[in-house]
Amino acid sequence: MERPILEVKHFHAWFGTHEVVKNVNLTLHRNEVVAVMGPSGCGKTTFLRCINRMHELTPEARTEGQILLEGEDIYRMSPIMLRLRVGMVFQRPNPFPHMTIYENVLAGYLLNNIKLSRSDKDAIVEDALRKAALWEEVKNNLKKKGTFLSGGQQQRLCIARAIAMKPDLLLLDEPTSALDPISTAGIEELLQELKKNYTLIIVTHNMQQAARVSDETAFFYMGELVEFAPTRQLFTAPKDQRTQNYITGRFS
Amino acid sequence: MPEPLPTFTSKTHASTSSRAEVSRSIPRSHRLIARISNADRKDQWFRHTLHIAGLIVLCLVIAIFLTLIVGSIPSFRATGIHFFWGKVWDPVTEVFGALPFLAGTLLTSFLALFISLPFSLSIAIFLGEYFPPGKGKNRMAGVVREAVELIAGIPSVIYGFWGLFVLVPLVRQLEMKWHVLPYGVGIFTASLILALMIIPYAASLGREIIHMVPAELKEAAYSLGATRWEVIRHVVLPYARTGILAGILLSLGRALGETMAVTMVIGNTSALPKNIFSPGNTLASVIANEFTEAASNVYLSALIELGLVLFLVTTLIHLIGKRIIKQFST
Repeated sequence: MERPILEVKHFHAWFGTHEVVKNVNLTLHRNEVVAVMGPSGCGKTTFLRCINRMHELTPEARTEGQILLEGEDIYRMSPIMLRLRVGMVFQRPNPFPHMTIYENVLAGYLLNNIKLSRSDKDAIVEDALRKAALWEEVKNNLKKKGTFLSGGQQQRLCIARAIAMKPDLLLLDEPTSALDPISTAGIEELLQELKKNYTLIIVTHNMQQAARVSDETAFFYMGELVEFAPTRQLFTAPKDQRTQNYITGRFS
Repeated sequence: MPEPLPTFTSKTHASTSSRAEVSRSIPRSHRLIARISNADRKDQWFRHTLHIAGLIVLCLVIAIFLTLIVGSIPSFRATGIHFFWGKVWDPVTEVFGALPFLAGTLLTSFLALFISLPFSLSIAIFLGEYFPPGKGKNRMAGVVREAVELIAGIPSVIYGFWGLFVLVPLVRQLEMKWHVLPYGVGIFTASLILALMIIPYAASLGREIIHMVPAELKEAAYSLGATRWEVIRHVVLPYARTGILAGILLSLGRALGETMAVTMVIGNTSALPKNIFSPGNTLASVIANEFTEAASNVYLSALIELGLVLFLVTTLIHLIGKRIIKQFST
């Protein structure tokens, strides 16, 4: 059995005195899609942001416990190095408005002052855009601003921007909640493709989406990880009453 | 069954309620209609008032421009187009050339802009990004914010006084050290005072704009492994550049027209400045200085023509700035 890519051990997170994530334990393997679902305010987004330490941007955020990325404690790494290895896609598409499509894909390199040769740049841009299923649509408009694209295209551009850094892990925070159904379907299809090369954690409040896209599902409720199981099993034979209640729509 | 919502012409309402209620609802609905049409009239009045206010502003600008032109006619008859690049200003022999003052105005303003820029930009980043209003309680940031606003509120004559008694001796010592003629007063001193005076304009506008950069863009940059400085350098500043430029333009406009403080420290010489330490005059300061002694018609008219030149320069720079901003924002 290969080493798990992510191990979370007795993990807690607080904002001030408010405990948002309570004692989470889970293990993640390579090339899986894991859905994190639960009602609003259950701590799922906070948990996701702890994995690349984005929660530290909020003052008074505090954590306890361990998160290991390939065996390394992420809270002992520099957050910069960690974020280079763990990509993130946000709720609303957020391409940099002052950059072209080409520059947006390379934004991670640009921001970190990593110098690349022209041919390396071209190769990275094409590869990332192909993997994000956007290449065919934009290959003749690489010099246009990223904000000219449609919402779904912008979100795929953001995915390309994240995978251009060749991350070990890709975090997606409700990546389709601001998109129309057709773009959503496009992104979901893309996730299946990305699975071949990356490990994905996707936060969603949409149960159907979790069921459609993921191999394993984690159900969060009131900051607790209630149940973590293969998706089919969690949806057909939940072990916990709260999971049962949630998937049958007794609360949302 | 939910109750049907009462509307003021509702038939269901009439059929289900008692007659007394119906009779009460009729005058009420009339009153409502009357009130709405009354509000509509008020709305129109309000719109007319706004139109008139706008027109008044437009008329004022045109009137000022015309007054300047009409007032300039005697001077223009005497000196002609040569006025604009004449190097000599000698009221005694009635030779009037605006170039020394034009040079003085542009030199002091752009030098002031150059000096103030690093400070206003740092203040804008400090207050807009590091300690934005309402986030945490940083004493220092609050004090700085108040101080910046206070700087804008100090009357310019006080700057002039301060410049004359504090800055001028300091500059004189500097000039002695650098082996230039130690006037103390001059273009450089005026630029220093101006720089201080215009900092709040660029700084507060810059602060607002930097504060408005969407958090999701900054987060995107952080998530790609950027440090705080890299986020500011590659995301915040490029996003805010249009607004920062607008702030710079605003402060330049302020510097071009500033009169009192400049008049007090610039040395009031009508010769073309040789270097930035020379005493000089700006368009505004020469008008302020000499209009009381303008005995002849042509002299007075020449001063008015200087005013016209200042008006044109300010407008021109404003237009160029607008063009630049437009180019940057697309």
